[in-house]
Amino acid sequence: MKALCWEGVNELSVEQVPDPELRNDQDVIVRLIAGTTCGSDLHLIGGYIPFMRAGDVIGHEFLGEVVEVGSAVRKHKVGDRVVVCSFVGCGRCWYCANDLWSLCDNTNTNPGIGEALFGAATGGIFGYSHAMGGLRGSHAEYVRVPFADYGAFKVPEGIDDTTALFVSDSVPTGWMGADLAGVKPGDVVAVWGCGAVGQMAARAAMLLGAERVISIDRLPERLEMTERHIGSEVIDYTATDVGAELRERTGGRGPDVCIEAVGMEAHSDSPVHLYDQVKQQLRLQTDRPTAVRQAVHACRKGGTVFVLGVFAGAVDKFPLGAVINKGLTLRGAQMHGQRYIPMLLDRVASGELSTSHLATHTLSLDEAPRAYDMFKEKTDGCVRAVIRPGG
Amino acid sequence: MSAKKVFWTTTAGLTVGGAAAAVRRARARRPDRAAMDRWLTVTVNRGPGDIQPDKLPAPLQEYGERIETRIRPAPGDRGTELAVRPRKPQPEGTHSAAARLKGDDPRQDLRRALREAKALLEAGEVLQPDTPPTTHDTPGGKLIGLLSRRASEEGVL
Repeated sequence: MKALCWEGVNELSVEQVPDPELRNDQDVIVRLIAGTTCGSDLHLIGGYIPFMRAGDVIGHEFLGEVVEVGSAVRKHKVGDRVVVCSFVGCGRCWYCANDLWSLCDNTNTNPGIGEALFGAATGGIFGYSHAMGGLRGSHAEYVRVPFADYGAFKVPEGIDDTTALFVSDSVPTGWMGADLAGVKPGDVVAVWGCGAVGQMAARAAMLLGAERVISIDRLPERLEMTERHIGSEVIDYTATDVGAELRERTGGRGPDVCIEAVGMEAHSDSPVHLYDQVKQQLRLQTDRPTAVRQAVHACRKGGTVFVLGVFAGAVDKFPLGAVINKGLTLRGAQMHGQRYIPMLLDRVASGELSTSHLATHTLSLDEAPRAYDMFKEKTDGCVRAVIRPGG
Repeated sequence: MSAKKVFWTTTAGLTVGGAAAAVRRARARRPDRAAMDRWLTVTVNRGPGDIQPDKLPAPLQEYGERIETRIRPAPGDRGTELAVRPRKPQPEGTHSAAARLKGDDPRQDLRRALREAKALLEAGEVLQPDTPPTTHDTPGGKLIGLLSRRASEEGVL
């Protein structure tokens, strides 16, 4: 079959690879209907998560049709149209049982790497390096889905493919950020990043009762999209002082909740960006925490900062003093999708959440390297490129 | 050029992570004898009554009398702590960095068996990697392959 493979830093190509096989009784094989580019893939592609091997298939946000079912699968049958959570959870370890699915104890086939890097291994994720389980990614004609009774969700009729696709990862990630940050009625919430996850975090904050939601980015088309489709206020950080703007809009307090949806390759128009860029390129720090720093400074005293963007290792000049002295709650997580996906499919079906506007481009699998080029360079207003192996 | 960049990137990343792990290990391994005798342990999300020393899953059962087993309730309703360690002292040198890199430390295999036992008790199966592989070897890839081969074993414990 054809698949999009990582062949080296900033080198992607579509290759012929062996078809996936059922390896466990709780597996299903899914024929891909659609997958999408995700900002976190760019960290892999750029070599910032150095646990990739040439030939690894990337991609983790997808929708497909079940074509083969393992003998212990109970919920699914051949022909089901399913959206699949990007993290794999066994469903029965303490973490899964407590709705902390991305921390699953039993789905990372290389747990020693996570234990060395983080002190404990995360669960496995599709197509996201050998540190995160080494599972094949979804930008392919077929993908194996382990523990499918827990991670694959039948899509109700009436929800179209493109709308359902984003319920695989970006919608639950955004929702989780607002939920675990404790957004409540009356809050003012600021969200850094107007990509798909940031937009979904902003929408989730509104649905959880936030009185005002303010989204921050630099790209005019993303700011305009967020304002139009999400209904959030926006700030172009290249045109103003974000901290001063947030203080002015919040009576001098700062936002109650600050959600960072940017990650380790953050941009900024301040000289600090150059400093972070140089240190990251020299591998003196693994991540650029520009947006996290700004969120910590902007947050009101006693507020909450939620780190939703993906970070891999160590950062420099982290304002720990502000965290302590302002009494902030700082939290982060990879996404616990299984906790939210059934509820989110209901909300999508009812029209409370719209996602199809995120799909600014649709390309075939053969064109997937170009899709990632557009997505990385943000050319032609690309927010998300949908990759359809079937054309 | 690209292969060099991959190698450099990979090596730099692995060096940072590996150095941190090595420092932790070195500190934790004083005296070395204590590390050799330390229990390998996992917490299983099952009640203490569900885990019997004479009915452990096959990966541990195969060790028979060669291992000691300790089973006790985890605090806070977190399941059951299952711990194992070799009954006989291990030969000198089996815990060295070189032996561990080669996979010759017997505790590594035991740790893998313990992980698999936990997965079987909780999830009913041990997740297998995808096959056939789609990867091909590069210098950096070989290093990651080596780490991956060791990664189901003792880890930080």
